[in-house]
Amino acid sequence: MAQRIDVKDLNIYYGDFRAVADVEMSVEPRSVTAFIGPSGCGKSTFLRTLNRMHEVIPGARVEGRVEIDGVDLYAPDVDPVAVRRQIGMVFQRPNPFPTMSIADNVLAGVRLNNRRISKGDAQDLVEQSLRGANLWNEVKDRLDRPGSGLSGGQQQRLCIARAIAVKPQVLLMDEPCSALDPISTLAIEDLISELKADYTIVIVTHNMQQAARVSDRTAFFNLAGQGQPGKLVEVDDTSVIFSAPREQATEDYISGRFG
Amino acid sequence: MTATTSPAPAGTDPGGPPESAGSRPPRRSLRGPRRAGRPVERGASRVFRWTATGAGALILVVLAAVAVFLVVKAMPALTASSGELVDSVSFMRNSSSLADYVGPLVFGTVLAAVLALVLAVPVAIAIALFISHYAPRRLASGLGYVVDLLAAVPSVVYGLWGAMVLAPLVQPLWSWLGSTLGWIPLFGGTVSPTGRVILTVGVVLAVMILPIITAVSREVFLQTPRLYEEAALALGATRWEMIRMTVLPFGRSGVVSAAMLGLGRALGETMAVLMILSQGFLYSFLLLAAGQQQTIAANIAAQFPEASDMGMSVLIATGLALFVITLVVNMSARAIVARRKDFSGAN
Repeated sequence: MAQRIDVKDLNIYYGDFRAVADVEMSVEPRSVTAFIGPSGCGKSTFLRTLNRMHEVIPGARVEGRVEIDGVDLYAPDVDPVAVRRQIGMVFQRPNPFPTMSIADNVLAGVRLNNRRISKGDAQDLVEQSLRGANLWNEVKDRLDRPGSGLSGGQQQRLCIARAIAVKPQVLLMDEPCSALDPISTLAIEDLISELKADYTIVIVTHNMQQAARVSDRTAFFNLAGQGQPGKLVEVDDTSVIFSAPREQATEDYISGRFG
Repeated sequence: MTATTSPAPAGTDPGGPPESAGSRPPRRSLRGPRRAGRPVERGASRVFRWTATGAGALILVVLAAVAVFLVVKAMPALTASSGELVDSVSFMRNSSSLADYVGPLVFGTVLAAVLALVLAVPVAIAIALFISHYAPRRLASGLGYVVDLLAAVPSVVYGLWGAMVLAPLVQPLWSWLGSTLGWIPLFGGTVSPTGRVILTVGVVLAVMILPIITAVSREVFLQTPRLYEEAALALGATRWEMIRMTVLPFGRSGVVSAAMLGLGRALGETMAVLMILSQGFLYSFLLLAAGQQQTIAANIAAQFPEASDMGMSVLIATGLALFVITLVVNMSARAIVARRKDFSGAN
C-alpha cells in the first residue's frame, strides 16, 4: 500500500511568482518525513503539489516531476481527481463536513470511489477507520451525530479516519496539530507513529520538537528573503538534522537562532 | 442588577499599569468604575443600540398595522351573510358565499406561484452555481450583473412582454404539449389559442423571481468555507461531487430562504398576471386551458375600480387570505430550515 515518492526538479508557481524552486528529494515508503522551515518558505505549498491540490488555487501551476512508484503525477494523461483518491490529506484546521454525521464523514471518500457499499461493509469500515484513528471508543455511541460537535482534537482524528478509510498510498499532513492542545497533539503524534507501519506519511510542522519526535527523515526549507522562492536546503535522517546538519542555515534554524 | 464593586477613587486604581494610572483618566482602565457593574453605553454605541432596536420594532409595528387594517376593513364582508354578499357585490354573482369566492382565488394564486417556483428554482441554482464555481471570474461578474438587471425591470413591462411576445411565442409549444402529453391531467383540456394561460403566467413569474433567487443563492454558495471545499477535493471529489458534498448542503437553508423570497414576490405579483392571464374562477389544474384560474392580487386590481363598499370589503378579505398564505409559507420555510439545524454547518 505504501509507496515511495520521488520529486525531480520541481518548481512551483503562483501566477508569475515562483514560490518554490528546484526541489529534488525522495520520500521512503513506510516512513514519516517531516518538512520544517520558517513561515512562507513554501513547505505547505510543496506538500500540496504531492497530491495536486496546489492547482486548485487560481493561477497556480507546477513544473517538474513528482513520481509515485515511478508514475509521474503531472503526466498529461493523469487525472488529478484519481491522484487525490490515492493520496490522502489532513489539513491544518480540522475540517470534518459539518453537514454530515460522524459515520458519513468517515465514508465520504469511500462513497466517492465506490457508490455501492453494503451496509455491513460500511459499518465495518467506519469502525476499522475510527479505530485506526484512535477515535472509536470516544464516538461509537454517537456515530449519527454531526462531526462538528466533537472537540478540535477529535475532529482532527476524524479527518485522519476519513483520509485512511480510502486506504491511500500516501498520507499528507499539513500542520495537523497546530490548532490543537498538547494532549490532542500527543494523541495525533502517537497515531502517526502507528500509521507509518502502513502508510507513507509526509508532515509539515512548525514545531521542531514534533518533527524530532515523530519523523524518520526531516527536510529543511528556507528562503533567502522576501520575494525570493523557497528552497529545499537539506534533507536527511532526523537524528542527523537535529544533531549534525551539513548546512549552517539548518543548524541556525533548529537551534533557534532565527526563524 | 446592582454594582458589586465600589468605584475605585481616581489615581489609586490598583488594576491600571503604574505609568498610565496618573496620566489617564481612571475610568479608561479595565477595572475602573465603568466596567465595575452593568456596562454603561455611551455615545455612538447607545445610538446604535436604539436605532437597531427601533428598526426591529418598526417592522413589527408595520406588520401589525397591515394585519389590523386587513382585518378591520374585511370585517363587514366576514360578518355579512352569504345571501347579502351575493346580492350586493356584483362580481360575486357566480359564488354562493365568501369562502366559495376566495377559495378558487387562493387556489389560483398558489398554483401560479408554485409553477413559477418549480420553473425558477432549478434554473436559479444552476446559474448561481455557474457564477460561483464554474465561470471564469470576468464572465461571472458580468453575468451576475445581467441577472441583477432582470430584477430592475418593472412588472408592467414583464406583463406587456408576456402578453404580447411570450404568449404567442409559446402557444405552439403549449399546443404540442397538449397533443402529445395531453394524457397527463395537467396538460389536458382545450389548449388556449392565445397562449394566455396559467403556464405562461408561471413562466413570466419565474423570470421575475429568478434574479432574487439567483442573487441570494450565489452569495450563499460563495460563502462555502474554502476549508471544506478543499477537504472534499483532497478526498478525490470532482468539482460536481465537491459541490454536492459541501456547497449545496451549506447553501441549503440559504436557498430555501431565497426561494421563499421569490415565492413571496410570485404570490403577490399583480400586473403581470392581470395582463397575461385569461381569468376564471375554477379549482382547475388545467395549465394550458383558458379561463380557468385567477390570482388574488390580480383579481383585486381588476375589480377594485368598480367595487362598492361591500365589494371593497370582500376584496380586502381576499387580501387577508393572501397575507395569511404568505405567513404560512414563510413559517413552514423556517421550519424546514430548522429541522436539520445540527447539520447546517452553522455551529
